[in-house]
Amino acid sequence: MSAHVDYLLGLADDALVSSQRMGWWISRSPQLEEDVAMANIGLDQLGQARALLTHAGAVEAAGRDEDDLAYFRDERDFRNVCLVERPMEDFGVAMARLLVFATWQHELYGALSASTDATLAAVAAKARKETAYHVDHARQWTLRLGDGTAESHDRMQAAVEAEWPWREELYDAGTLAPELVERGIAVDPGTLREPVEARLDAVLAEATLSRPDVAAAYSRGRQGRHTEAMGYLLAEMQHLARSHPGVTW
Amino acid sequence: MSVEPLWEVFVRSRRGLSHVHVGSLHAADAGMALRNARDLYTRRQEGVSIWVVPAAAIEASSPDEKDSFFDPAVDKVYRHPTFYDVPEGVEHL
Repeated sequence: MSAHVDYLLGLADDALVSSQRMGWWISRSPQLEEDVAMANIGLDQLGQARALLTHAGAVEAAGRDEDDLAYFRDERDFRNVCLVERPMEDFGVAMARLLVFATWQHELYGALSASTDATLAAVAAKARKETAYHVDHARQWTLRLGDGTAESHDRMQAAVEAEWPWREELYDAGTLAPELVERGIAVDPGTLREPVEARLDAVLAEATLSRPDVAAAYSRGRQGRHTEAMGYLLAEMQHLARSHPGVTW
Repeated sequence: MSVEPLWEVFVRSRRGLSHVHVGSLHAADAGMALRNARDLYTRRQEGVSIWVVPAAAIEASSPDEKDSFFDPAVDKVYRHPTFYDVPEGVEHL
């Protein structure tokens, strides 16, 4: 598989898998209003995934469409970072993760809107506006829970501690072909570290949360090596399409 | 869980029109109310501007006062501008 397709799949799978986790919250949020907000965010991410998967299929030119790529690849072929695949059944964790992921996506899409891959640039320009809202939503909750009651502060701090070790893979250029960056198609993930971390630190400070002093987790999702949770996630996401191939509503 | 305050939502669909009441929602504070309103009431491009107002801040007329409030206007036909001849060609009247 070409490095170009691999790169697009990484971005698409980040959005797709995150979307699947956001969907879990529908009917489980603290309030009806939040149900709709999380569904909206998940659907934005799903839209990004669809556009990127379709584009990846076109670049690959092997006849695979978005459904083939979403539903008929196995775990080892998924290129998402491990951050987004882990269970997300605590509201504080959901907001801490969204804060990290959406801030990173916002910086990434901003840089990618100047990509020499014109389709990728167009998708990024549209997604940048969406992710700006996702960041704001996560920030609002992080501020209120962090700077809320003693109980909400402790639980938000715990959520931040749980998510922070999984950021490193977002900045890791390990599997990215340097040639893609040289041709202006991809963004060197290392260049995102400074702007993303500055924004995250600012939110933590405002929310009276302390920046976790934690070691990076072993995270190699970009290479297809996923956590235990990934298989369960894919089973739920893919079983309908695989049980009834080609089925339509 | 404690019940969060109720907010009334007003949306302006486009420039030049007034904000119109579209519904209500619960939120802990004004900032969250505005964001919830964006998610609940402008998902399908319904608006370009949103107001949220604490429901408790609205003083509403009472149904019990309906007669004294509204009935006196019923037979005052002279309050309607129907006693003028409207010149031809006048628009927006």
